[in-house]
Amino acid sequence: MTEVAITPMQRIKPKISKDDVVMRLSMAAIALYLIVAIALPLYALLSKSFQNNHGDFVGFANYITYLTTPALSWSIGNSFKVTLLATVIVLFIAFIYAYALTRSCMPGKSLFKGIALIPILMPSLLPAISLVFFFGQQGIIKSWLLGAELYGPVGIVMGEVFYVFPHVMTILLIGMSLSDARLYEASEVLGASKIKTFFSVTLPSLRYGLVSAFFVAFTLVITDFGVPKVVGGQYNVLATDVYKQVVGRNDFQMGAVVSMALLLPAVFAFVADRLVQRKQVALLSARAVPYQPKPDRIFDMIMLAFCSLIAFIILSILGMAIFSSLVTFWPYNLTLTTKHYNFDLMDGGGWASYFNSIQLATWTAIFGTIVVFFGAYLVEKSRGFKSGRTAMQALCMVPMAVPGLVLGLSYVFFFNHPDNPLGFLYHTMPILVICTITHFYTVSHLSAVTALKQMDPEFEAVSQSLKAPFYKTFWRVTVPVCVPAILDISMYLFVNAMTTVSAVVFLYSTDTSLASVAVLNMDDAGDQSPAAAMGMMIVSTAAIVRLAHMILTRGLKRRTQAWRNR
Amino acid sequence: MSAEQGEPYIKIVNVTKNFGEFTALRDISLEIFDKEFVCFLGPSGCGKTTLLRAIAGLDIQSSGQIFQKGRDISALPPAERDFGIVFQSYALFPNMTVRRNVAYGLENQGVPGKQIEQQVTELLQLVGLPEQEDKFPAQLSGGQQQRVALARALATKPGLLLLDEPLSALDAKVRTHLRHEIKELQHKIGITTIMVTHDQEEALTMADRIVVMNQGVIEQVGTPSEIYSEPASPFVADFIGTTNFIKGKLATRQSVQIGNIAIQVDNPSASLVTGSEVLLCIRPEDILTGERAIDVANQVESVIDRVEFLGSFHRVHMLPLAGDGTELMIDVSVARAREIDLTIGSSLKVALPAMHMNVYPSDN
Ligand SMILES: Nc1ncnc2c1ncn2[C@@H]1O[C@H](COP(=O)(O)OP(=O)(O)OP(=O)(O)O)[C@@H](O)[C@H]1O
Ligand SMILES: [Mg+2]
Repeated sequence: MTEVAITPMQRIKPKISKDDVVMRLSMAAIALYLIVAIALPLYALLSKSFQNNHGDFVGFANYITYLTTPALSWSIGNSFKVTLLATVIVLFIAFIYAYALTRSCMPGKSLFKGIALIPILMPSLLPAISLVFFFGQQGIIKSWLLGAELYGPVGIVMGEVFYVFPHVMTILLIGMSLSDARLYEASEVLGASKIKTFFSVTLPSLRYGLVSAFFVAFTLVITDFGVPKVVGGQYNVLATDVYKQVVGRNDFQMGAVVSMALLLPAVFAFVADRLVQRKQVALLSARAVPYQPKPDRIFDMIMLAFCSLIAFIILSILGMAIFSSLVTFWPYNLTLTTKHYNFDLMDGGGWASYFNSIQLATWTAIFGTIVVFFGAYLVEKSRGFKSGRTAMQALCMVPMAVPGLVLGLSYVFFFNHPDNPLGFLYHTMPILVICTITHFYTVSHLSAVTALKQMDPEFEAVSQSLKAPFYKTFWRVTVPVCVPAILDISMYLFVNAMTTVSAVVFLYSTDTSLASVAVLNMDDAGDQSPAAAMGMMIVSTAAIVRLAHMILTRGLKRRTQAWRNR
Repeated sequence: MSAEQGEPYIKIVNVTKNFGEFTALRDISLEIFDKEFVCFLGPSGCGKTTLLRAIAGLDIQSSGQIFQKGRDISALPPAERDFGIVFQSYALFPNMTVRRNVAYGLENQGVPGKQIEQQVTELLQLVGLPEQEDKFPAQLSGGQQQRVALARALATKPGLLLLDEPLSALDAKVRTHLRHEIKELQHKIGITTIMVTHDQEEALTMADRIVVMNQGVIEQVGTPSEIYSEPASPFVADFIGTTNFIKGKLATRQSVQIGNIAIQVDNPSASLVTGSEVLLCIRPEDILTGERAIDVANQVESVIDRVEFLGSFHRVHMLPLAGDGTELMIDVSVARAREIDLTIGSSLKVALPAMHMNVYPSDN
């Protein structure tokens, strides 16, 4: 008999198997990627803001200059003003829209839902260009502004409301479809009027969704660069300031300082939103019964009218973008032409920039999905190494709080540093891919985690007992089961890589110019119609990809329904 | 079966498992013999699964050792241990057919394809699921899924089978049927088996030996009849079956005083000091009534409070023997009930045979 002398409290040190080694190395690789892609660049940005242009440490000198120069610090107040205004307006509109979609019996709901999502397919520059054609110096309905100037706060607020509408509407829609029907029934039984029910049941049950939507809208607007770039005029906001300091004045230190000013509210909004969402999860744990609206002619008609109006506005902004890309010479010659699509005759990189964008989006979708999904798997399903996993989970959340411009600029500082061995990446396609993946990392990571959490936690244990290495079970079980989520993630990454401007505007080179940047540059040069044409190329590509994704997902669901449906 | 001779197949020595501050297993020692069917039984959260996962190496203990066939496996990862496991959820891979699920472990061992096919067919035959090879788990009933999970766990011919509440997701009828089948299968292939359950009936009918656990410690190890008739603690007595608890005081080494009644007892534990507060335990079916009570010591009398009819017997609830004591339950078979008067309010004479009574210290 194997009798070993036993010291009673001797701690057992688990033996590390080959599988464990592979697992830990993979985790280290992903962690290293995240450190290089997000932590170190942000550190480079932060330290840059404390240096003068010779690279000496100067403490808070740059910050003091920034705050004491009214021409600079002015944009802080501007940013907050337009952001708050746009956020409140979009919350109001999106709330009613989502309310109509969930609580009324109006016809055409799925059509309205689809139309509401159109802005997602556009780079934010494009609706702003449409606004110029509507309300600019030569806009067709300029008079509707009652003498107000489009360029400035008015244009920014209008553009931003359009740009963030689908995001806010989706959050509220989810919040409303989750709320419990039993509360409404109870309220009805108690004889409460529709209005009273609204204030005593609907609003309170939606407070988390509203707060979350508020913070998301706030972050999106304050960090957006496309809209104020086109219709901001002389009205400086933080995002355009970063761009102006860096591209216009080559003042990288001040660019870093303004970036920090932009980063702070974004981080604050992000943290606040996380705290609120944590509470909401606890709230939802009880099983809710979905609400079934009952027909009410007058109410349904009002809702239909409202949604039609909003849908009409969205469609006309899209329509105006299409029209302006086809019109010969606004407003003097309105005959239609396709000459603006001859990008090769224009500055901005020509058709090459469109194909670069396709390339960027493809690589981002492929590599991004691989890194994000495998990373999420390791965070969620690997064993041991708990502190490492927690740290990695935290690192995965950081990109969400970092505005694209700030991320792009921090890449400039980090990768362009003479001592960085990764410097060879600077001005190449790979750096654009890395930056774009990082920019959209968090949302993709969270959808991967959600899908993984729905899988039986014992799959990994069973696979260990059957002596299968973890990567085999990952490949043979986890990936096939999660294919719908994987497709969602790659589609999300593709569309966003097509439309993003802010993350890449500091990083492209003449060889890697991009479609979205071309929109920016052509607009800057006064070529609004070609800019709109390039914007339309982005929109139609994104739309086609979305459609392909939908067809693919549907086909897949049909083919695998034998084992998917329980 | 539980011939406790030779070297134990599994030997657990002073195993402790902490989750941060919380101690889920406290100094557990246990031996399990070859071909034995052992059940870990206890209330929810007592640490059964934790102990099972420690044996599997899925959550390695904080301290203490585990031996399998004399080999120290304490620190080994699951892949280097020899066992098959079935979880409560079965964890069947949803995207693989029954055949691929069962073959999964064999593929990892590098068994040639032809042989795998043949073995899988045999295994499915063995668990009573022929001709379902090409279905997906979602197309099977709960009981069928359970058998597939069993076949998958047995495919690699492990020396030890671990089952974590394998029947609790099934409805009662299927459960009873499968209980019998699993037991028969275990007997046929002669595999040492540990099953976790919180269902006492399951443990009593299936196990060669039962390990009763409570709050991270083992309360008692024994055969089902030992556990049932000689529970080592009031916890075990209460957890398994139904028991009367009667508070009293140990008057002498042979008698317990309940109010003004003296009850004769057989050799109470030597650790009990005369004069200390004790708990007397006796099962309702061990209390004698009618003519069987005549000539037996410990005759007591009380008033019938209410009677429950439970199919093959009546459970008679009597008013407390003394003061604020607990009411006494007596199971009277239907046949005997015809001979005695069970009218509510009437008085009934019963006997508490000393041989069926257990005495415990009353501090818990
Ligand atoms: N990973 C963990 N981290 C912290 N505590 C844990 C963990 N796993 C188990 N515990 C705790 O250890 C205790 C024992 O858990 P275990 O799962 O072994 O219970 P069990 O006896 O199997 O109960 P059940 O019948 O509910 O399955 C419980 O109190 C549980 O909360
Ligand atoms: Mg358990």
